[in-house]
Amino acid sequence: MTELSRIRNFSIVAHIDHGKSTLADRLIQITGGLTDREMKEQVLDSMELERERGITIKAQTVRLNYTAQDGNDYVLNLIDTPGHVDFAYEVSRSMRAVEGSLLVVDASQGVEAQTLANVYQAIDANHEIVPVLNKIDLPAAEPDRVKEQIEDVIGIDASEAVLISAKSGLGIPDVLEAIVNRLPAPTGDREAPLKAMLVDSWYDAYLGVVVLVRIRDGVLKKGDKIRMMSTKADYQVDRVGVFSPVMKDWPELGPGELGFLTASIKQVRDTRVGDTITHEKRPCAQMLPGFKPSIPVVFCGLFPVDANDFEDMREAIEKLALNDASFTYEMETSAALGFGFRCGFLGLLHLEVIRDRLEREYDIDLVTTAPSVVYRLQMRDGTVRELHNPADMPDLTHVEEIEEPWIKATILVPDDYLGAVLKLCEERRGQQRDLTYAGSRAMVVYDLPLNEVVFDFYDRLKSVTKGYASFDYQIEGYRAENLVKMQILVNDEPVDALSTMVHRDRAEMRGRAMCEKLKELIPPHMFKVPIQAAIGGRVIARETIRAMRKDVTAKCYGGDVTRKRKLLEKQKAGKKKMRQFGKVDIPQEAFINALKMDG
Amino acid sequence: MTPTPAPLTRRDAADAAAPDWQAGGFGVYVHWPFCLAKCPYCDFNSHVSREVDQDAWRVALLAEMRAARELTGPRRARSMFFGGGTPSLMPPATVAALIEEADRLWGFEAGAEITLEANPTSIEAENFRGYASGGVNRVSMGAQALNDADLKKLGRMHSAAEARAAFDVARAAFARVSFDLIYARQDQTPAQWQAELAEALAMAIDHLSLYQLTIEAGTRFGDLHARGRLRGLPTDDRAAEMYEITQGLTEAAGLPAYEISNHARPGAESRHNLVYWRYGDYAGIGPGAHGRITTPQGRLATETRRAPAAWLSHVGAQGHDLKTEAVAPEDQAVEYLMMCLRLVEGADLARHARLAGAPIAEARIAPLAAEGLVVRDGDRLRATARGRALLDHVLRELLV
Repeated sequence: MTELSRIRNFSIVAHIDHGKSTLADRLIQITGGLTDREMKEQVLDSMELERERGITIKAQTVRLNYTAQDGNDYVLNLIDTPGHVDFAYEVSRSMRAVEGSLLVVDASQGVEAQTLANVYQAIDANHEIVPVLNKIDLPAAEPDRVKEQIEDVIGIDASEAVLISAKSGLGIPDVLEAIVNRLPAPTGDREAPLKAMLVDSWYDAYLGVVVLVRIRDGVLKKGDKIRMMSTKADYQVDRVGVFSPVMKDWPELGPGELGFLTASIKQVRDTRVGDTITHEKRPCAQMLPGFKPSIPVVFCGLFPVDANDFEDMREAIEKLALNDASFTYEMETSAALGFGFRCGFLGLLHLEVIRDRLEREYDIDLVTTAPSVVYRLQMRDGTVRELHNPADMPDLTHVEEIEEPWIKATILVPDDYLGAVLKLCEERRGQQRDLTYAGSRAMVVYDLPLNEVVFDFYDRLKSVTKGYASFDYQIEGYRAENLVKMQILVNDEPVDALSTMVHRDRAEMRGRAMCEKLKELIPPHMFKVPIQAAIGGRVIARETIRAMRKDVTAKCYGGDVTRKRKLLEKQKAGKKKMRQFGKVDIPQEAFINALKMDG
Repeated sequence: MTPTPAPLTRRDAADAAAPDWQAGGFGVYVHWPFCLAKCPYCDFNSHVSREVDQDAWRVALLAEMRAARELTGPRRARSMFFGGGTPSLMPPATVAALIEEADRLWGFEAGAEITLEANPTSIEAENFRGYASGGVNRVSMGAQALNDADLKKLGRMHSAAEARAAFDVARAAFARVSFDLIYARQDQTPAQWQAELAEALAMAIDHLSLYQLTIEAGTRFGDLHARGRLRGLPTDDRAAEMYEITQGLTEAAGLPAYEISNHARPGAESRHNLVYWRYGDYAGIGPGAHGRITTPQGRLATETRRAPAAWLSHVGAQGHDLKTEAVAPEDQAVEYLMMCLRLVEGADLARHARLAGAPIAEARIAPLAAEGLVVRDGDRLRATARGRALLDHVLRELLV
């Protein structure tokens, strides 16, 4: 075990491309965490998808050994955190597992939006923050201007910012010294009952579920009988260890330390992020604050394009669910789409990540139906029903009231973009609760219906504020609203996979927007294809896709034969990504994209 | 030598024992890659080069032709075609030498057609007599438009008056003269096209190629289009209207469509291009040229390097630059249908089935027939006039 005063736990806050991963790699390299052979570029972002989308989905951690200039040996634990609002809760837990943050800012680009959103999380978690200016060796670097900007925009002292070039290694020793000298050591009581936070967990094919823990009080050892306080489930610890960054067994974890445990836990869903782990025999008195079970808020149907893929898809979904507790699924059948699954997600990004993984890692082409939130139906017979799928909406004569989930959204935004944010929130049926200022930054609090937020609110917010807004939300409860089910008819046939619930006052606008979007998304056919939005049989919006009159290559001679044949082969693949409804082919991406609104 | 074309015969039942290509014949294509300027719509393999080593190019083209003869074995050529680029920039002596060599290597069928693509400028017209005495018996002129404003927009270097003058020189030198026009141009209305086409038909001898302007990636128009800077292009509906005008007007003038974009008096169809559309064999000589050559080992696709300098140095080093790749019978079946359905005469389903190993499923043909896009007549499958306008769709339904 390591003395508390010799431990520093920290995270790195940075905008994409500002050098977070490179800095992490340098820190690992310079402290000897990995041999050169093991050192692969950007060790911490391991999933292909994470790299592509520039986001971290799972928290990852690494323990560094560092001998400081004061002659003492220190243990530095770096935790890498997810960075999207869908995973805001996971981020907040990761942030609470450490005491400080390095704020990495590109010395020529300056502070950018994502930096802000994450730095507020760090401030919320009472972190000590050390500003680090990266890419200082580039000709365009303006450290003084950027320091000033950090002070103005974020409101923290940047006079002693560390100047580095993560790429060349310049200034990395100064970063290590700053971590030791400027970040606080953790606190904790070794003698108290075990109190550890479950920061994250994931499924490993060899080890079962691996749990990332931060010890607050007490000591965790191999063989201990532990209890998950939220589920009251007990386990015996098989292994205790640290990440160097490869997993390495360790005799024990004491206060202030970050590490992992395995305990023959079968499923990730048995481990809840933010839960408190204690000893079965000598439990701690109170759970750590802030725990909340993760509840899926967006639902959609996922169907294999090729019905023969259903069994493969079931297997793939089960495997993914092993590693993702926040994702739920149950079988569903649709008149048009056959067998598939109704799945629940934390948000639209989460949905897209899971869908992409199914398509990419398991090679299954999917149709994704219109995403929906969970509605609550107060039935005339006094019962209450949950509606996960607008297609299942019962006969209205049996329904007394329809309720929808509302959220409390907190948005931090530079003054310049405040108007755009207010406009966006009003358009989405928002009700303003609060508007306060901190420096040149406004904090707006709005009540918003979740169904106005899940599809594209975050994207729109980023776009109207050029990315400078941060956004967080929590579900506040249900409200009865004037909601109706809107059907979409393509070529006069209702497509259940495109049915949505909308507010009556917004139905016309929404219907028009969806019809217009579908007109762009569905390719022209040999015949005119009418697209209609209807409420209870009454058409409220209509567009027509014109019949295709000409589709032929003007010139095709001897030199064009090979190319043209290969084009046909490519179209074969494209056709697989279409789904036929009646006589009309609808591309699979149309179901989600039809709901995204441009403005 | 100026042979007159023999009348076309329909080849319904190909002899099952004969190699497949014989149903389409054999032609020789020679690519001349150089142009004086690059046109903004053109995605052909063309290069602007001020200095061309004429001797080296003649020697290299002759060498590659001999290499192609090794692949084809002895057979007669139905046609020869000089395309480009701008082959009317070739020295007449080079053209004559290539024709003579082709005659020596293969020998021409009676009534063989030897075409050269020409730009209608006065300078090039000066060579027409020379080409004719070397054996060229047909020219295809890239007129593209009949008014100066549009010619300029299309990046052409000739004026309308110059084109007419060159056309008159051509018809004095060659028995057969075709010319190309491009329609659905920027700011062109159907009425304007109708008037221009009527004018063209009054000039036409026996053949016209009428192409809808296609915006190709990698051209200047393509770049402008991608950046939203190519304004005034007609809508799809407008373009379809112009296509229909084209069909009606040419038919009334006695030059009906025999292929998507090609119109001729009956018997005056381009015999060389029919080799492609009837999926015969063809030797492709010169940079970027493609070929289909049936050998005892099966049908090969041949292809050469596109860059003129690279092609020239490879031919210099190894006698030719023909890269060959086998075309599987089922791919040949696709290529056959793709090409043959472009023709009004349509495709022979029995021939297709022999290549594919199985006939096309009735379930693919029936809906197209019900929509009036194709007509089935025994083993013959033809695209209707409407079906030809939608041929890419028809092919997807049949093959994808």
